[in-house]
Order: sequence, then C-alpha cells, then structure tokens
Amino acid sequence: MKTRLKLSLLITASALISTNAIAETLFWSSQATPIEETQAMREQVLSGFGGGVSFQPADPGPWLTRIQAELGAGSGSIGVLGALHGDFTPLAGNLTDLSGVDASAVSPGFMELGKLGTDDQKYIPWMQATYVMAAHTDALEYLPDGADLMALSYDDLIAWAANMHDATGQPRFGFPAGPQGLKHRFFQGYLLPAYTGSMVTEFRSDDAEQAWNAFLELWEHTNPASTNYSFMQEQLISGDAWVVFDHTARLADAFNQQPDDFVAFPAPSGPAGRAFMPVLAGMAVPETASDKDAAMELIGYMLAPETQIATLRATNFFPVIDVDFPDDMPPSVQAAGAAIAAMSGAEDALPALLPVGLGDLGGQFNQVYNDTFERIVLARQPVRAVLDDQADALRRILEEAGAPCWAPDAASDGPCPVN
Amino acid sequence: MPRALPYLLLLPASLFLLVFFFYPFGLVVVESLTRGGEWTTDNFTRMTGHWKFAPAFWNTIWLTAIVVPVQLIMALTMASVVQKLKTGRSGLLYIFAIPLGISDLAAGLIWLAIFEQSGFLNSILHSFGVIDRPTLYLGYQNMWVIFLAVCLAEIWRATAIMMVIIVAGMGLIPKEYSEAAEVFGASRWQRFTRVTLPLLRPSLQTALILRILMAFEVFAVVMALGGTSLPVLMGETFQWQFQLQDRGVAAAYAMVILGLSVAFSLVVLRLLHVPKGARI
Amino acid sequence: MNDTSPPAPPQLEARRAGRFLFQAGIALLVLWVLVPIWFLFVNALSAPSEVTGFPKRMWPGFDLASIQFFLQFQGVTQALWNSVKVAVLTMILSIAMGAPAGYALSRFEFPGKEFFRVLVIMTRAFPLPLLALPLAVMFIRTGLDDTVLGLALVHAMLALPFAVLITFSLFSGIPVELEEAAWTLGCTRLQAFVKVVLPLALPGIAASAVFAFVISWNEVFAAAVLTIENRTLTAFLLQSLNVSPLPLKFAGGAALVMPALIFIFAVRKYLFAMWGIANR
Repeated sequence: MKTRLKLSLLITASALISTNAIAETLFWSSQATPIEETQAMREQVLSGFGGGVSFQPADPGPWLTRIQAELGAGSGSIGVLGALHGDFTPLAGNLTDLSGVDASAVSPGFMELGKLGTDDQKYIPWMQATYVMAAHTDALEYLPDGADLMALSYDDLIAWAANMHDATGQPRFGFPAGPQGLKHRFFQGYLLPAYTGSMVTEFRSDDAEQAWNAFLELWEHTNPASTNYSFMQEQLISGDAWVVFDHTARLADAFNQQPDDFVAFPAPSGPAGRAFMPVLAGMAVPETASDKDAAMELIGYMLAPETQIATLRATNFFPVIDVDFPDDMPPSVQAAGAAIAAMSGAEDALPALLPVGLGDLGGQFNQVYNDTFERIVLARQPVRAVLDDQADALRRILEEAGAPCWAPDAASDGPCPVN
Repeated sequence: MPRALPYLLLLPASLFLLVFFFYPFGLVVVESLTRGGEWTTDNFTRMTGHWKFAPAFWNTIWLTAIVVPVQLIMALTMASVVQKLKTGRSGLLYIFAIPLGISDLAAGLIWLAIFEQSGFLNSILHSFGVIDRPTLYLGYQNMWVIFLAVCLAEIWRATAIMMVIIVAGMGLIPKEYSEAAEVFGASRWQRFTRVTLPLLRPSLQTALILRILMAFEVFAVVMALGGTSLPVLMGETFQWQFQLQDRGVAAAYAMVILGLSVAFSLVVLRLLHVPKGARI
Repeated sequence: MNDTSPPAPPQLEARRAGRFLFQAGIALLVLWVLVPIWFLFVNALSAPSEVTGFPKRMWPGFDLASIQFFLQFQGVTQALWNSVKVAVLTMILSIAMGAPAGYALSRFEFPGKEFFRVLVIMTRAFPLPLLALPLAVMFIRTGLDDTVLGLALVHAMLALPFAVLITFSLFSGIPVELEEAAWTLGCTRLQAFVKVVLPLALPGIAASAVFAFVISWNEVFAAAVLTIENRTLTAFLLQSLNVSPLPLKFAGGAALVMPALIFIFAVRKYLFAMWGIANR
C-alpha cells in the first residue's frame, strides 16, 4: 500500500521534472555509435527527413536491454530499430511485418535474410559491409615471391607474415581478437569455408583441422597483443601491426588519415575458394512502436539513393541498393570498394551467408567459434579433440534452433547437420 | 517511541530498497533458478560446466586478494601522512582524492595508454635509451604482466575511496589518546597499532566492505588491459547476458558475485567487530 | 625515532634522514597519483597524429581539435545539465535516506540490525546491468522512464550503501556521551543531533556526497538504458567512447573527468573539515 502511494507520488514529481514531448520518431541504433558517426548520421543523413527523427545510438548491452524492456512493458518510445542481422534474430517474434515498405531496389538475397527464416519481412536491409585485409605500404616489400596482393592465398599470407617477422624481429600480423573484435565472423565466413567449403557441416572435418593448423601457423607471426585489439585501424596507424584483417568500417580511419600509407586487398583464398561474408545491418519496427506509419516512412527515406550515399560517408557501411558513387568519396571508401570488388569478382569467390534461423541462440552459435579459437590458439589444446568437443556444442545449438543449412552449406531438410 | 525510533530511521531507506532493489532483484533470482518456465539448477550447472568459469572465478578472487590489502596499507599510509603534515594538508588530500573522480572506463583507457606497445611506458624507456624498439607487455602469453598491470590500475583507481573514509575516521580520534600513549613511552609505531588502528575500526570496516564489494565487480579495467585473455566474473556475466543472451546463466553468475561479496563482507564485519563497550 | 629521549647527534641525523624519507615518500605518492592523470591530459590536448604515434611526447602539443569536437557536439550542454541534475538529486536522495539509517545502526541495538546491514551490502554487490531490465520495465509502466528523477532513483540505490556505511562509521566515532551531555542540558534528541552530532559528522556526510556525486556522474549502463531524450553526459559520451578513434577517446575521457575533479575540489573543505575536532 505504502509502496504504491510512494510510487504515485514519484510519478507526480517526475511529471514536473520530465521535459519530453516526443513527436519525433526514435531511431534506436546499435550502429554508428562512434561519436563522429553519430554526429554525421544526425547532421548529414537524417536532417533531410521531414517527419522529425531522434537518432540515439547505444552500445549492444543497453541497446538490447532497452528494447527488451519496452517489449516486456508492452509499450515504449522506440520507433525504428537499427542493428546488425545477428542482433535481430532473438527479437524476431516481436517485430512488425514490413512487407508494406517499398524496398524493391534492395537485392532479393538481402531481403530474404531480412525475413529471419520466417514468412514476414522482419527487417529491411539498411547498409552493408564486409571484411577485407589492409596493409601498410612498408609491408609490401616482404610479400613472398610471385604472390599477387589482389589474389593472395592463406599460404601466401602465412609466408608473408613469416617474412615480416624474420626481417623485423617482430610479429607484424594483426587480428581483432579483443573483447569487441569481430573474430567469430572470420572463422565462420572466411577461414573455415575457404578450407572446407562449409561453415557448419564440415566443422570437424580433416579440412577444418587443416584450416585451424594453418591459422596456428599464422598466429606464430601475429602480434600477441591481438587479444586486446578490436579496431585494427588503431594498430595500423600506430604501427603495432602492418598487415591486418578487419571490418571495412573498422579500418576506415587508417585510410582517411594517411591515404598514401595503406592499401586494402581481398581476403585470402583456401583450397575450397576465396570465402567471404557480408555484414548486413537492417532496420526494423518493434511491435510496441507507437507510430508505425512514421517509422516505415523513415525506413523508406533511409533507402533513397542520396541517403544511402550519405550513410556511406557517415558510417563507412556500403549501400544495399545499386547507386552510382560520386567521385569525391573518402579514401577509405575508394580503398575498401576496390578490395571488395576484387574479392566478390574473383574467379574462386565463395560467398558465405550470415546465419539464419538461430533465434536467440545466435550468440551461442558465435561463441562456439570463439571458444574453438580460444581453446586451440590461446590455450593450445589439441585441435582434433577441441573440434570434436565443439562440434557437439554446435550440433546441439542447431538442433535446438531447428535451423536448416545456409550457404555455403548445401540446403538441408531439418536442422543443419554437423558431420 | 525510543524502541520504534531505530526502525523509523531505517524506514525510508528500507522502503526505497524494497521497491528499487528487492523487486527487480527477486525477478533476477527467479531467472537464475528457472529455465523455460521450470524450476531447475540447470543455469548453475551450465555456468560451472563452462570452461571459463573456473579461471574467471579464481582471477576475480586473486585480484581482490592482492589489490585490497595493498590498497588498505596505501590508504592508511596516505591518511597518516596527511595527518602528520602541518602545511599543505588540504592540497595534498585533494591530490590523493583525484582518482575518485575517474570512472573505471576512463581508468582503463589511461592505463592502456601507458602499457600498450606504443604507449607511454615504452616511450619513456625509449627516450632513456633502455630499449631500442617498443616491447610488448600485454601479450596473452604474459598473463602475469597483464595481471600486474590490472592490479596497478585498480590500486591507482580505487585507493582514494578507502583513503577518504579512513581520513574522515581518523579525524574523529581525539589527539589526547595518542598524546597519552606518547607520555607513557609508546613508539610511533606502537601508537599507530595500539591506539589509532583499534579506534579506527568502524571506518576500516566500512572502507574494507565497500572496497571488497567493488573488487568483486571489477570489469572495465580488466577488459581494457586484458582483453579476452583474463576472464573475470563480471565480464562473464556481461558475456552471457548480452552476447550469448542467456539471462539465466548471467543471473547465476550474478548470484555467485553476490554470494562472494556477502560472505567476505560478513568476514570483515566479524573480524573488525566493534563491541558497544569498546567505543570511544 | 623515539621522541622521549633527549636528542643526541646520531639521532638528530636519523631524524633528518627520516624527514627526508618522509618527504620523498610524499613526493612519490603524489607522482603515483598525478602521472597517469597527466598522461590523460597530454593525450587529450595533443593532435591525433601525436596520440597514435610513437614515441609519445611527455608534454601536450596543445592541439584543441579533439576537445573542441566535444564542445560543439550537438546536445552536449543539455547532457551536461542533465548529468548535474541527476547527480545532485542522487546526492540529496542518498544522504536523506542513508544518514538516518547510519545513525540508527551506530546508536541502537535492535533486532534486525544485522539483516538490514546485509541488505544494504547486497544492494551494492549485485551487478546493475542485470537489474536494469526489470527496472526499465517498471519505469516504462509507471512513467518514470526517461526522466531525470527516474535515473536519480537508480543512482541513489547505488550510492545508498556508501551513505549508510560511511555515516555509520562516522557516527560510531562520535562519543555518545557528547549527545547525552546535551540531553542533560535540556536539548531534545533532535536538537542534540543537529547541534552536537551533525557538525562533527559533516566530513562523513561530505564524503557520502562526494561518492554519490561521483557514482552518479560515472554511471553509464543504467543511464544509457533509462534515458533517451534526457541523456546524461556519461551516457552521451562515454558509452560510445570505446568504439571511437583513439584521440577522441582521450578527449572524451578528459572532458568527463574535469567536472568531477571540480566538484571534489569544491567540497574538499568539508571533506577534510574535521581537524578542529581532533584538536579539541
């Protein structure tokens, strides 16, 4: 009784203090969180939207907690959610169907991902990126003989890293294995498919063992501080790493600050091909949104070609629709764009899709790959035993989620098998 | 009235905690004990079964065991130094209190800038010609270096908290006691251990408990300096809650942190018990 | 260092050496606290290329571009103002509820005392990010969501254990005889408290206020979840710092540290105001 009285008192008091009268659509984003990107999103991207929008980015933890709370309370202020594909999977049941939004310009493959394995359009693709390699120009002289920078193999990369290590006495390869680094996507979409042609099914095959052994070899020449790295642009600029692998948006600063010192090039190829994976961010409308029409209007605005180009300038994420780029794009875009074109246009290109249909097990799916890395590479446990062990965990997750296979694994009836 | 007075005094705080702590806390406890709507200890077995649980648990304990005693000694030293000083007291106290204002995220940032490969430590050594190329300190193979760096950063960041409490407590000890002991020929050290420390018990208790609670929640500094290679309980809680999105296991981790904190606080309460008759 | 015997030449020398050691010790402690802060400001006030380069300079290049970026950031003054409002409210709430509880704990023996103490300890021992979800649901339902008061309530929950335990230890250090003397002179309990105890407990209350302010100032998680339009400066700047470019990290870190340092400087007089008592 007393509690209730106290609460109602508080509400009266809060009414006095609170100053919000929101007519704007709240755009709650886990992307464009770096402060410069936030600024650019507000000033260059969203200022052209007539309906009024408040762009509020948040770290993944608060981002998720806030939307969960609004869904739990059954009402809320968020109009549009902006996040990565993987962030949406656990929310799939609470997102409004967006098939009413005109997104015909977006490639059908991306739209399919936006259905999250259901029949509804759960999110509309917003922007995309991928992972590429980058190197300091000083590193180029150590390239192994006969290796073509734009068509490296993993063996070339290992030899290159070894050359730099021998010549300079320091391991010069850098890898984002820090707490906020995006390493799991490297194993899922690059290393494993390049050796096995598969992300899930061949997880514990002999080819996978070979992939991990190759990575162990590369790790010999990798800066051991990599377990602290999350944004390789920092290590490129400081010179702690000369050759790195990372997300295009997390390399951008290096190219923009010192365009002449760095080059971007495609991810290496393995026996099964040059595997790579897209990063897809999307926009969704939660069921609790108060003004869904305004939210959908905002999503439509975000898909306009000019907005997409402005978004690219602001965030270093590429458009999801076909656009003609103006000539004055920043150096980071030009460098990454060329590398991506070479990667996806390569003869042995092997695109891997983002995981679909995992629901709220998406995080645990990623964790299987991270745990495998930490056990094999950091804890030096035997490769075969770790793969067998982690394959069980992987199988359990896929069976629990009932997720069928996605590319590059062959389609399956029922849950994707782990051989 | 006198009998009801203590309860009346506790009433606002209790009501407040009931609404804003106990209600959400109860929900999290339920979460730790259920899975898919059924009562189970599954979350706890999942937690202890994960290979990172044991290292996270022991790292947290070791960090606390090393950092807190060092901080206690440093805080006592700082407080005594300040008390002995005749001029410049308040300026010195202010300097000692500066780290209070620095959040753990900022502290992690500062100490990373010191220890990273192209950081200040290497720059200093380089300028003195001790090293000719930057050495790597925070590599995952040098676990003890990472551990040491985290200890230093934590000691730097959080000693001020204990110091301020102890300084405030020391100020209340009448000088006459110490002077009387001096007359009877007690050495400086004897006066400190026989007079000051016993009279300081309430403040020591408070300082230690508050510090231990925070030590078990150590997180941001460890993440900044240790990355993924030094798991701690709070980091694992975050990992399960947000990355793995398994709130049950995250809640189980939180219960472990809570259990440790309460257990150690009770030990401090017992060890530094202030009997009523022994008060000033 | 025995003061009772008459000074003899060797002892004089020992004392001189002792004084030198004492001063060297102070200098060392001051350096230990200030040098890392210095590095933060060096990096905050240097050009981006200096922040990322090697070897680093020990003096700032006085390039204000990074700091200026923050000052011009859209909504930064509003966020600063929100932060101040939340911090002040947190201070008032936590002391208003914590000081009476601390007084009750120090002056009375009553059933349930130990229980209350453990309850207060638990509040601080539980990871806030897990409580944030149920709290946010509650706030959205009651209308407290996205208000300065709502966030201050959560911060007060974090600061309350500090207020309770610190005031407890300070009240414990104030002789109950002083109060009793006031009663015999005709004061009521309240008068005795206000006129006799309160002035003596001022440092403890000031310390609680500092902690409340600093806790509220530096808290990120609840602020990021519970405020959206009324963001605090910390939620505004700090939560995005760890993904921002290095120069901005330091500039943002320094921008956040400054107000807290100014606040501690402003209240330091009260914090260390007890020297008068010690000399009574």
